[in-house]
Amino acid sequence: MDYVVAFMAGGGICALAQLAMDVGKLPQLHVMSLLVAVGVILGISGIYDRIVAFAGAGATLPLSGFGYFLTKGILSQKELDGWLTIGAAMFQFTGAILSFAIVLSFFTALICKPKG
Amino acid sequence: MSLKTNYRQAVKAFQPAPPYFFNSVKAFVVGGLLCALAEWLAKWYSSFFSISAISAQQLAVMTMMFFAIVLTGAGKYDDFSQFAGAGATMLMTGLANALASAAIEHRSEGWTAGIASQMFKSGGAAIVYGIVAAYLLGLFYYIVS
Repeated sequence: MDYVVAFMAGGGICALAQLAMDVGKLPQLHVMSLLVAVGVILGISGIYDRIVAFAGAGATLPLSGFGYFLTKGILSQKELDGWLTIGAAMFQFTGAILSFAIVLSFFTALICKPKG
Repeated sequence: MSLKTNYRQAVKAFQPAPPYFFNSVKAFVVGGLLCALAEWLAKWYSSFFSISAISAQQLAVMTMMFFAIVLTGAGKYDDFSQFAGAGATMLMTGLANALASAAIEHRSEGWTAGIASQMFKSGGAAIVYGIVAAYLLGLFYYIVS
């Protein structure tokens, strides 16, 4: 059942993004940025937490999940000691994801040659 | 309406309608399957390593990104995202593919000017907007609470 919910949620977000690209005539990069921004807005207001509790990876794997992880770090800070810590708290969860992707991309680019 | 003055309008009647519905269905099925796979990974991680749900989700996302980058290195992700459309690009795997493919594409320009500085050419937009939005809203949240 959890898998069905994850399938429906993730698929629904992807289908909406595809419709925004096809019908709304938005460029792909704009849709990607928009999706992340929507994740941030829903994340900071606490709505996305409930969606994740319901849909699991169906909500975290789409790009809006990146925005959710950013705000999750800010929200999970116990006490906000100064506004400077917002910048550090943001990367509590995304830091691992981003640095992993960057390092792996770097070494992949060293090894692999462009195709086609 | 002559072809020379108003080409786009004149030619519109002869173009086939883009398969909007079919594209969305493809994106839905592929994106949904990838999310279900990530959900299975997250469940497996949280039971096998006995870690919290959020860390398991994080690990699942990282695993999917790993596969995306490896497939990009092998040159197979492009065919896949050509088929799936938003089902492949609007996931975190799409972000990983954007980083890796830009880095591979500019590999001939050298390690620093090529790989390192061109890596964020297309994937940077999503990251920048995410960080800017989270920072501003985080400041707002800090002031309010």
